[in-house]
Amino acid sequence: MSTTTTSLPSRAEALPPPTERYTVLGWLHKNLFSTWYNALLTVIFGVVVILLLRSALEWALTQARWEVITANLRLFMVGQYPAAATWRAWACVVLLALLIGLSWGIWGRNQRAGAITFGALPFLLAILAQGEARAALLIVGVAGAIGFVLSRWRSAQLQRISILGWVIYFPLVILLISGLGGADGPLSLVTTNLWGGLLLTLLLTVVGIVFSFPLGVALALGRQSSLPIVRALCVIYIEVIRGVPLITVLFMAQLMLPLFLPGVTIDRVVRAMAGIVLFSAAYLAENVRGGLQAIPRGQYEAARALGLNTWKMMLLIILPQALRAVIPILVGQFIALFKDTSLVVIVGLLDLMGIAKAVLAQPDFLGLQAEVYLFVALVYGVFCYLMSAFSQRLEARLNAAR
Amino acid sequence: MSRAFWRDDRFVQLAAQLFVLAIVAGLAFVLVQNMAASLQRQGIALGFGFLDNAAGFDIGESLIRYTNTDTFARALLVGLLNTLLVSVLGIILATVLGVIVGIARLSGNWLVNRLAWLFIELMRNVPLLVLLIFIYTAFFLKLPRARQAIRLGPIYLSNRGVAMPWGEPTETWPIYLYIIIAAVGSAVLVATGLRLWQERSGRPKPIALPALGTFATMAAVGWLVLPQPPLTITTPQIAAFNFRGGLVLTPEFMALLIGLVIYTAAFIGEVVRAGIQSVPKGQVEAARALGLNGRRTLQLVVFPQALRVIIPPLTSQYLNLTKNSSLAVAIGYPDLFAVSGTIINQTGRAVEMIAVVMGVYLSVSLLTSLLMNWYNRRVRLVER
Repeated sequence: MSTTTTSLPSRAEALPPPTERYTVLGWLHKNLFSTWYNALLTVIFGVVVILLLRSALEWALTQARWEVITANLRLFMVGQYPAAATWRAWACVVLLALLIGLSWGIWGRNQRAGAITFGALPFLLAILAQGEARAALLIVGVAGAIGFVLSRWRSAQLQRISILGWVIYFPLVILLISGLGGADGPLSLVTTNLWGGLLLTLLLTVVGIVFSFPLGVALALGRQSSLPIVRALCVIYIEVIRGVPLITVLFMAQLMLPLFLPGVTIDRVVRAMAGIVLFSAAYLAENVRGGLQAIPRGQYEAARALGLNTWKMMLLIILPQALRAVIPILVGQFIALFKDTSLVVIVGLLDLMGIAKAVLAQPDFLGLQAEVYLFVALVYGVFCYLMSAFSQRLEARLNAAR
Repeated sequence: MSRAFWRDDRFVQLAAQLFVLAIVAGLAFVLVQNMAASLQRQGIALGFGFLDNAAGFDIGESLIRYTNTDTFARALLVGLLNTLLVSVLGIILATVLGVIVGIARLSGNWLVNRLAWLFIELMRNVPLLVLLIFIYTAFFLKLPRARQAIRLGPIYLSNRGVAMPWGEPTETWPIYLYIIIAAVGSAVLVATGLRLWQERSGRPKPIALPALGTFATMAAVGWLVLPQPPLTITTPQIAAFNFRGGLVLTPEFMALLIGLVIYTAAFIGEVVRAGIQSVPKGQVEAARALGLNGRRTLQLVVFPQALRVIIPPLTSQYLNLTKNSSLAVAIGYPDLFAVSGTIINQTGRAVEMIAVVMGVYLSVSLLTSLLMNWYNRRVRLVER
């Protein structure tokens, strides 16, 4: 770009090309009816879309029995999680809203429209919700607003605080949900067999990310290592795991872990978590390796020239650059991990899919598969869409910063 | 000045490696020891001898003859063939649909473009398992009974699956198979000859059409020459509760195939779009400036360059589809994983069966990557 503009005579400022303007008819002609086969395609697809939309709307508004969702909403969200401890799940959401509000204020400049829409979401949901959930949603919305307002105040230190907040958020969530112990304190222990619904799905994802990330980075470093035995071990692990389906790894974790560790009782949820972590680490390792390969040799040589040893070189010079380069790919991997947690239903856990199955077995709601699975798909879809929209923003920002 | 040996880089590296190896080996030893002890307590001895025992369970659908008196090994083979069937069909159909979606995503037609985008976003943001179970329970199982089957021309849709006309092999079928093989062989010969001639003369010659023509002519002549047609077409008839005659594809198979195909097609669509967009615009303009028409520009300039970008991610999509076919267990299609699950339930041989299943998936994955890497080498850019 810059080379062409500098070669132009400097007197005449290069003007941007004129923007094209269309009338409605002109737009229609260019985008829908430019040639005879385009017109044909438009007509065929237009008719199909209108017919499909009409029957889908008719079904959703008149025939579908959505009460199966509203009656079981609590089950879908937290499963069998004790009612007395539900506030902990809400506390996690409130904290999340605070962190998002804070981060949005610090990093999300010039995105006021998005912030307003996102910030209004809890309040809109609160109108639909009832009782306890309505109060909790209002608190969530207020927390987000507080975070946003706080961020306007002093940004130099807040930036560090909010990064720290994100780092301790995930362990804190696990702590809050599982509790500390004791039978009936405010933070009594809630065993993992009571975790369920969307809560379990999200926890599986969080645990998967938190634990598979260091393992994946270690495997990637091992695969790039100059030590042949270490490299071989890492390559074998990565390739074997990537060559088999997740469901076989989950099954292995369910059936083999108790055999491997007799005397230790590991419950089903933890076994599933182990399977997900082992599986996801191999894929993360390959993504991180891509970042490592993108680092020029000069960086290694410069680090050596400064007298850093291997560990310091990796931790201070190579990994920060490598990880930064693959952040969008890592977010993509985490989306895949989130979707993959649905497979735990096959080994009998009550995640969002498991609850859907359980709800469909209720005698009042037999045969409502379409409603239930559409709702489940919608929940997954919203989360995945938010994550991928976030990753696209991040990618644009990282590219702009370069 | 001689350094102490523990300061020597080579020594440190060797020691570090031996240390890691010792830890991994020690861990493996302890785990295997534990496993052996637990198995002994349960009274199970490791070994694959049980595979020769009679399976004692039925399998819903099979490509080869199978009854519940056959061995576990044969049951596994049935499962493997089912996995391969759905994977191969899935890969072919997903590629076709994916290319269509990818091209639609680049279409100048706004409606087509947006629909392709919507399709891709829908598929990418929903777990495959949800999609599969939705298609199976909310579509195929909700279809009417066989008696009230929905009719689309000669094809019937019902909760028993999809019934369609199919050819029944007759006595002359084996002979006809040889004729088909000979036809394929001559078509390949014709294509190679024409290609050599094209390279000699330096002029473009039609290759695909003559080769296809050779095949079609030989196949048609063979069909007519034989005293009895090698296939008789049977159409499905509605019997008491099910169909008789024709080919009936079970709802499990159809749900799995459709789910895998549309899910993977969305990903392949993105791969194809990225590949075509990776070819610089200047290449198309240069080709047009050289006087190539639209079709030949695509054929000789755009596709060969796009393929290089497309093949590696396409390979991983094929591998994903094959691995994802193990989700068949959630809707009751008897693939390799589902059959092995049944065997584990019957015999308690979890360790052996997991080893077998993982081994098979690994080999299939390796074979697919070898094949695609070979193809990738063929289309790769030849650099100086």
